[in-house]
Amino acid sequence: MGEVIVITSGKGGVGKTTATANIGTALAVNGKKVVLVDADIGLRNLDVVMGLENRIVYDVVDVVEGVCRLRQALIKDKRYPDLFLLPAAQTKDKNAVSPAQMQELCERLKQEFDFVLIDCPAGIEQGFKNAIAGADRAIVVTTPEISAVRDADRIIGLLEASELGSPKLVVNRVRIDMVKKGDMMNTEDMIDILAIDLLGVVPDDESIVVSTNRGEPAVGDNRSLAGKAFNNIALRILGHEVPFLDLEVDEGFLVKLLKLISKR
Amino acid sequence: MDLFRSSARHSTSSKNVAKERLKLVLVHDRVNVSSTFLEMIKGDLIKVISDYMEIDEDNLEVKMTKTKRDEDDTLVPALVANIPIKRMKGAIR
Repeated sequence: MGEVIVITSGKGGVGKTTATANIGTALAVNGKKVVLVDADIGLRNLDVVMGLENRIVYDVVDVVEGVCRLRQALIKDKRYPDLFLLPAAQTKDKNAVSPAQMQELCERLKQEFDFVLIDCPAGIEQGFKNAIAGADRAIVVTTPEISAVRDADRIIGLLEASELGSPKLVVNRVRIDMVKKGDMMNTEDMIDILAIDLLGVVPDDESIVVSTNRGEPAVGDNRSLAGKAFNNIALRILGHEVPFLDLEVDEGFLVKLLKLISKR
Repeated sequence: MDLFRSSARHSTSSKNVAKERLKLVLVHDRVNVSSTFLEMIKGDLIKVISDYMEIDEDNLEVKMTKTKRDEDDTLVPALVANIPIKRMKGAIR
């Protein structure tokens, strides 16, 4: 019996879909059977981030309405063993499925997969309620901005009210240069305020833009620091103890020289 | 060579400003999430105070607000109760 994990944030644009794609791919690379479910009905994007947009025939609403069988709607990612995508419908809206239907769908997927990752839409309305309905646990994604942390706090409250307690936090798009200058909240600040456990810290990384352009998750790129951070998150989900990434970027010769001079 | 020194520890660094603002806004958000919270406080206040004085329950007001801390003028969350008194109870006088 597998596990259903919902990836949520409240605020839009913090990297839920990128996190879902990368954590899911990393779990599959580590030998697990994984299905990614796009719960953002009407605004689907997990398909393009995964580079699978040209292979969609049926979607999650078709499955729920019985238009097709579950197996027909699942898209197999040929690049990775045992990685599948269940895309959202693009022409319907959030009311096309109910929490009870999502719960039933999750129960069916759990029979076949080790991990069912649900990409939750932004907001706290129907789409959010649908996305968390069948989940066993939750990952909250935030960025080091007031607005994102505030929304994360609200989401944590709502998850606890729905008995999806003790969600884990992923801090995305951290810029270590700004943190050092005191111009960006660091991970401890956010953990302190939100009072939840940390699952991972992901640096702001250009490789995410490039990998999204290409439709290839960054975990497949060995040089991507963000990809490595997502892979570590997957390993922690699998129960491994992985130290948090040292986000010190190589500062280059000039900065080192300046530091050397300033020490005198 | 202070030019190269990080200003991270300075209390007015923008991240500290963000942190303080966030803490304050979350106090309000969290109260609003549990709408029963203020009602519970209200009920208990009435219970306690009614032993000593007769109060105007309909116009009793309990709310979350913010106030300046005495020592450094930092804004902090505060619970403010406005309790109109009708009369003191005899035994107390």
